[in-house]
Amino acid sequence: MSMSPRRKILRKLTSPPPIKGFRPFGGDKPGSDHSESIVLSFEEYEAMRLCDHEMLNHHSASVAMGVSRPTFTRIYASVRKKVARAFVEAKKISIEGGKIYYDSDWYTCSGCRCIFNNPDKDKAVEHCPLCGNDAVAQLHDDSQSIGKRHRKCRNTRLGPYSKCESNDQFQTSNIQNSLK
Amino acid sequence: MKTAIASTGNTLESKVDRRFGRCSYFVIYDDETGSMDFTPNPHKDDEEGAGPAAVQLVVSKQADQIVSGEFGIKIKPLLDSQRIRMIVIQEEDKKISEVIELLNHKKSK
Repeated sequence: MSMSPRRKILRKLTSPPPIKGFRPFGGDKPGSDHSESIVLSFEEYEAMRLCDHEMLNHHSASVAMGVSRPTFTRIYASVRKKVARAFVEAKKISIEGGKIYYDSDWYTCSGCRCIFNNPDKDKAVEHCPLCGNDAVAQLHDDSQSIGKRHRKCRNTRLGPYSKCESNDQFQTSNIQNSLK
Repeated sequence: MKTAIASTGNTLESKVDRRFGRCSYFVIYDDETGSMDFTPNPHKDDEEGAGPAAVQLVVSKQADQIVSGEFGIKIKPLLDSQRIRMIVIQEEDKKISEVIELLNHKKSK
């Protein structure tokens, strides 16, 4: 049996990124739709946003994301390296995946394309608070992240967490049910 | 229901401000009475703490939800505890009048 690496703690995101990626333009070989793209994870996007857009220092940014300061610095170093590589090598950037959760439930409306949260957890969201459209959907991150409190795997109250050796085995629906 | 909208100016033609804490004006719109209240943001140029101050102002106006382009990280927990809904507008350059039109659309349904 091989040793599995230590499981990563879920990183907290304030809100989802507004776009899915970037594409280079001009130059001799602008990134076509088929060329390789550099993948930024959601937490890397958030690290750069907190550090270089909100102008937080690494310590406050790490608190905001719920990770340790050294971990934050690693995430941040990785995103800088990736963005620089994309710029220099004219690569596309796509923002997807990552081990994250949102710090509140976010919904999108396909009518007016706004994003909103639900402060009243007891009430189900049926209509967009802005345009009244009922085409609303809850935001989930792309792949691996599951609801909150994953960090407390030791918390046996939440059954599915206590047994997770590998995150890939997580069943999103189970965990979400257990959180309700 | 009262909605606070972060605005760049004090007319209906003004755009929604991308930043909530440091927007120029807050528009408090009541969709029951149709009343609109343009309040200048006194903390617009503050170095720090503009967000929490803005939240206080919105709370004092009894708004139930806020429309803005973005919310800073200090604001979120405050709004969660006050049970105020955040609505993030994705499109740039949306006018205040357009936002109010959207909010009214909801009422007519």
